[in-house]
Amino acid sequence: MKLSRRTLLKASAATAAFATAGLPAFAQDIDELVIAYNVNLPSWDPTVGPSAVNPTIQGLYQSVFDMYIHQNPDLSFDDSGLITDWGWNEDNTQVWMDVREGVTWHNGDPFTAEDVAWSLERAGNPETGNPIQFVWGKIENITAEGNRVTADVKEFEPTLFKWMSFLTGYVLPKKYYEEVGPDGFEAAPIGTGPYMVDRFERNAFVRLKANENYWKGAPEFKTVTIKFVTDAASRVAEIESGNSHVTLEVPYEEFDRLKERDGLAGVAHPISDIGMIFINDIDVMTDPNVRKAMAHAIDKQTIIDRLLSGYGVAIDTMQTPEYAAYNPDISVPYDPEKSKELLAASGYGPDNPVRFTIQTTRGFKPKDYEIIQAIVGLWRRVGIEAEIEVYEIAKHFELRAADDLAPAAFYNWGNAVGDPTTSTGFAIFGPSPHSVWDGQEMIDMILPLWGEADEEKRIAGWKAVDAKIAEDALVIPLMQYQQPILHATGVKVTPHSSGALLPYLMTRA
Amino acid sequence: MLLMRSILARLVATCVTLFGAAVIVFFVIRVVPGNPIAMMLPPGATEDDIARLQALYGLDKSIFEQFVIWLGGVVQGDFGTSISLRQPVLDLVLGRLPATLELSIMALVIAVIIGGAMALTGTLRRETRTEAAIDVTGGMALSVPDFLWGLVLILLFGVLWPVFHISGRVSPSLDFDFATQFYLFESVLRLRFDVWADLVSHMFMPALALAIPLAAIIAQLLKQSLKETMHLDYVTLARTKGYPEASVITREALPNAVLPTLTLIGVQFTFLIGGTVIIERLFSYEGLGNMAIDAVINRDLPLIQGIVILFALIFTVVNLVVDMTYAALNPRLRHA
Repeated sequence: MKLSRRTLLKASAATAAFATAGLPAFAQDIDELVIAYNVNLPSWDPTVGPSAVNPTIQGLYQSVFDMYIHQNPDLSFDDSGLITDWGWNEDNTQVWMDVREGVTWHNGDPFTAEDVAWSLERAGNPETGNPIQFVWGKIENITAEGNRVTADVKEFEPTLFKWMSFLTGYVLPKKYYEEVGPDGFEAAPIGTGPYMVDRFERNAFVRLKANENYWKGAPEFKTVTIKFVTDAASRVAEIESGNSHVTLEVPYEEFDRLKERDGLAGVAHPISDIGMIFINDIDVMTDPNVRKAMAHAIDKQTIIDRLLSGYGVAIDTMQTPEYAAYNPDISVPYDPEKSKELLAASGYGPDNPVRFTIQTTRGFKPKDYEIIQAIVGLWRRVGIEAEIEVYEIAKHFELRAADDLAPAAFYNWGNAVGDPTTSTGFAIFGPSPHSVWDGQEMIDMILPLWGEADEEKRIAGWKAVDAKIAEDALVIPLMQYQQPILHATGVKVTPHSSGALLPYLMTRA
Repeated sequence: MLLMRSILARLVATCVTLFGAAVIVFFVIRVVPGNPIAMMLPPGATEDDIARLQALYGLDKSIFEQFVIWLGGVVQGDFGTSISLRQPVLDLVLGRLPATLELSIMALVIAVIIGGAMALTGTLRRETRTEAAIDVTGGMALSVPDFLWGLVLILLFGVLWPVFHISGRVSPSLDFDFATQFYLFESVLRLRFDVWADLVSHMFMPALALAIPLAAIIAQLLKQSLKETMHLDYVTLARTKGYPEASVITREALPNAVLPTLTLIGVQFTFLIGGTVIIERLFSYEGLGNMAIDAVINRDLPLIQGIVILFALIFTVVNLVVDMTYAALNPRLRHA
């Protein structure tokens, strides 16, 4: 084999590159922001398929696409989105939306009201496979005229506009999508968002380039690489080694350790995700004394302090303080003596415990199994003997949809739209496939609220539902989760209460 | 003629094995808990929505009907469409296979080098402290599973002494358009050694984690074979002729002693490919194993089926190649 001078030079360069390739890009001068993300991105179409309803992935989608209506980090809405004004006509038979002017797609095409009308039409078409079609399908005859979009209302849906900043609420480019088709769009997606897709290696990373023409102003970091690092230990290593500047969802112990290190900082922010115990109205759960005793026997704050290193907010209702129907007056205090009294009234006690099974995942949420172990320990003290059954999250979904969950089951519930329908509503309304509580009283209370046009009356109604749930212990809310984000001190991170980690909100410190 | 008949028989057996694997995986993954539709149900889904989604993904038919439809597609090269990734399964698995093969081959090469060196050194320095040290090292390497080696390597060479990349297959900043999915081979063929170095820097730790237990097995078996061979007459004759001990081991004993190790390597290679599932996840390496975990989590039935069939195909082909290689190298079998 002949060794040319060119080959020799290349080999030398390779040797040098090999010696330095592994060296991490430390955080002092960040030209290219690197984020170790905790989930993969299965598809670039944010409106179809399972990834469209995965809340964590929304941070990736929102980097490239804009939503119809803008949602602030505290979950409030404002007019700074693609739709600047919106509303219903007087008898709620029509909706109207005013579309922002002067916005362009990543390929330079102008963004128009036609794009909004087409996106809504497509979302409401059952054939496209949009998982939120049940909302979008409630409007029809969507038309665009000038910068105004109007539509007829098939069925009044009070949360329609809130959904426009939530799952699948993205505007896609009509002209471009029709030109390239679904496969072409998957290969080269464009949006109106702050970043453009520069390179995408499935299951590995996506490299984003700043959209310099972004209508809200170009993002500070011109290049952002998002690595998909699904293993928590690897994410810890990524941030600790300096290979990544930002990461999230690391164990709280590691969060506490690393945020004190030189060059690193951490922020833990409450997000729209709660841990709770579902109660299925079967067996002993039909006895209100048993349910109430379960609720009063749980010392939520101690569990948060001991198992979650204090990163959580104890809650007694499915509404967190950021949600529209949060009622701070609802309280289910830790009171083991009261639990004993309630159980005694039904003939149970430490010597004659009430027995049932509680299901939980293990490792799906932070310390989920350990939390249930602690709760079972607390219950045992008052006369409740619960047997723990560990299952996979996929089995939970299957059992829940079939209404076959055990009498008690631990699960988390997100609600980034902040509306009570999306938390209390679907979790406790018997006909919903997500509810295992089938009580008629709840159905009667909730049914009128689905179509309630008076917003004040609607929210008041949901608050009453939550109060009733707490009073009768129909579910047992435990805590609002906090999302741990570790970052280099050279980066300023603004957390979003939806749990979406948004590069656009990151700036140099 | 005999060889052709043997190959034909093995090919028929391979087809039967693949069909068996297809039947098992198709029915088993439908029996285990977890329904892909239940996992993607939106909050306000109605019975109609559930029925619509089931029909959309072909899950509204009986399991037997689904199997017949799927098998009919497979025969024509259509493995269906992934539920979670919404792309043809065949494209997805073939797209990922090269990454896993490159990682597995690199791991195998590392294992052979380390294991071979340990065996030769142990034989050369037999009944000394060096051999004892090699045995202890081999025992340690074997007693720790590959994913734990992965964590140790991440800590050592990713965090404490950061010389290798912790995650991924290639640096995002690397400006290079690959024409194939065989990145490593392509970088060599196109004489882009900077790209090669970047790829190796990503692959080395996962490959080493996979290689360590296999290296220990190779070292143990090869050393034992070498020791037995060293007592044979022709080796003694070579020694009495005054050949240096190292030469006696490598030139005389090794060619005979290596045959059982070759068979073992073939069998272990299939296990090594299986081991990539966890290792690829740990290192966020974009191979078939990483995709398999996502497919299982998402209950992506068509994708799981495709991956399992491909793994089964690899296993049977590797075993076939090993058997034929063994037959070619072993004169007793060649002339049988």
